[in-house]
Amino acid sequence: MTEALFTTNNLWMMIATVLVFIMHLGFVCLEAGFVRQKNVVNILFKNTMIVAIGILTYTLVGFNLMYPGEAFAGKLFGFAGFGISSPEGAAGLANYADGAYTYWTDFIFQAMFAATCATIVSGAVAERIKLESFLLFATIFVALCYPLVGMWKWGGGWLDSLGFYDFAGSTLVHAVGGWAALAAIIILGPRKGKYIDGKIKAIPGHNMPLAAMGVFLLWFGWFGFNGGSVLSADPGGVSLVFVTTSIAAAAGAVGAFIVSYVMFKTHDLSMVLNGVLGGLVGITAGADLMGPMDALIIGFIAGAIIPLSVVFFDRIKADDPVGATSVHLVCGVWGTLAVGLFGSMKGGTQFLNQLIGVAAVGAFVFLFSFGLLYLIKVTMGIRVTAEEEEMGLDLAEHGMKSYTEFVVN
Amino acid sequence: MNMKKIEAIIRSSKFDAVKQALSEIGTDFFTFTEVKGFGQQKQDKVVYRGNVYDAGYIARMKLEIYTTDEKSAEVVQTICRSGRTGEVGDGKVIVTSIERITRIRTVEEGAAAL
Repeated sequence: MTEALFTTNNLWMMIATVLVFIMHLGFVCLEAGFVRQKNVVNILFKNTMIVAIGILTYTLVGFNLMYPGEAFAGKLFGFAGFGISSPEGAAGLANYADGAYTYWTDFIFQAMFAATCATIVSGAVAERIKLESFLLFATIFVALCYPLVGMWKWGGGWLDSLGFYDFAGSTLVHAVGGWAALAAIIILGPRKGKYIDGKIKAIPGHNMPLAAMGVFLLWFGWFGFNGGSVLSADPGGVSLVFVTTSIAAAAGAVGAFIVSYVMFKTHDLSMVLNGVLGGLVGITAGADLMGPMDALIIGFIAGAIIPLSVVFFDRIKADDPVGATSVHLVCGVWGTLAVGLFGSMKGGTQFLNQLIGVAAVGAFVFLFSFGLLYLIKVTMGIRVTAEEEEMGLDLAEHGMKSYTEFVVN
Repeated sequence: MNMKKIEAIIRSSKFDAVKQALSEIGTDFFTFTEVKGFGQQKQDKVVYRGNVYDAGYIARMKLEIYTTDEKSAEVVQTICRSGRTGEVGDGKVIVTSIERITRIRTVEEGAAAL
């Protein structure tokens, strides 16, 4: 391994880190656009704090819970101690990952993933969750739940030994966030006025340009999310992943376009935006295993699922203002299972392993989240009062207006 | 001599036409706001994520024009002529008498204040 190659690999991984970080810009825009004006500051606040909390908890415990080391291979749990520190000399640099990246690069790249998982929940619980309760939940969730589960596969734990495969986190990042989001919206309940007399009321987002920008920023970041999951600058690997990722995103848009038109007879922007994301989430488990046509089909199906899923969750009164459960949970599960159905790892055994992984992660994360949220609910409360919800969280929780002097609606 | 206040609630799409027409009869100044209302016109049906809902209001422009008694009839006619489409929802013009009108800069009163 030459110095130049090591530098190139590490450089790409650092760029990928920055690209994943940009996804927070994407989430900020997307979530802000999909909520009402009176709750924008609150959403922005949550998104800002989550990035901070994610990175800090990952520094203190998360990284070493998720990657406890060889000693815990095949196990359910492992911990390499509090805080992070690089091995001395070459062991933390060129020898750390066979010349692919340094210890520090490894840490910060993975830290960005942790933060994106945590932020998935914030959209689903928007407009009615108590700020402190959410921050408490998010802190414990990203500090413990995310790395505990991540260790099972990426940290060399039991799912890895089993043969479960998740290239960049359809399950380990997206479905994990999605299960937590589902638990949260069940415990939280729907927004006031969403379901009245058996009818589903539309509560439109206040800024579609922002939402659209958000989705494109997320797609932009996904080049790093998937491209960096190659864990080196390998030209073949990264370039293939760039292709499958983008094809899936495109197919997701088309899938959502067609199905939402058939269902609603309108061209709903929010649906095609979610469709792009669904396609991206769907390819994330196997972006390095799929050919272009596989990626197209996986993405298309993910996009097609989105409108059906959004309506389904509305029908069961699981109110999700941004479609996080549809994009991240449902498409995350789909993407994970697709590894057993398409591409170079497809097969009955693999499909079974994927199913086991989906189920195990789902059960753990859902129960963890549900339990924690229930505890928070009965101790400090989880929902703002009806008056606060009516007035808007910007005023109620922050005493701030989102657009001072400028009324959007 | 009585001064008049003319309020006109017109279609947003007719704003430019009405403004132009008023300018042609020498009324080059008024205040306007964007308003919401509902009335005989059917409101737009809007769809969001598969759910149809009422936009809840119809958007309109409201003009407030101050003019002399003699001119008010002409202003009303001009607004009606230029603001009309023939469809339900064209709007209304209301004329009220005002007690007093003063220019802030010079303290002129009445017609001189216009």
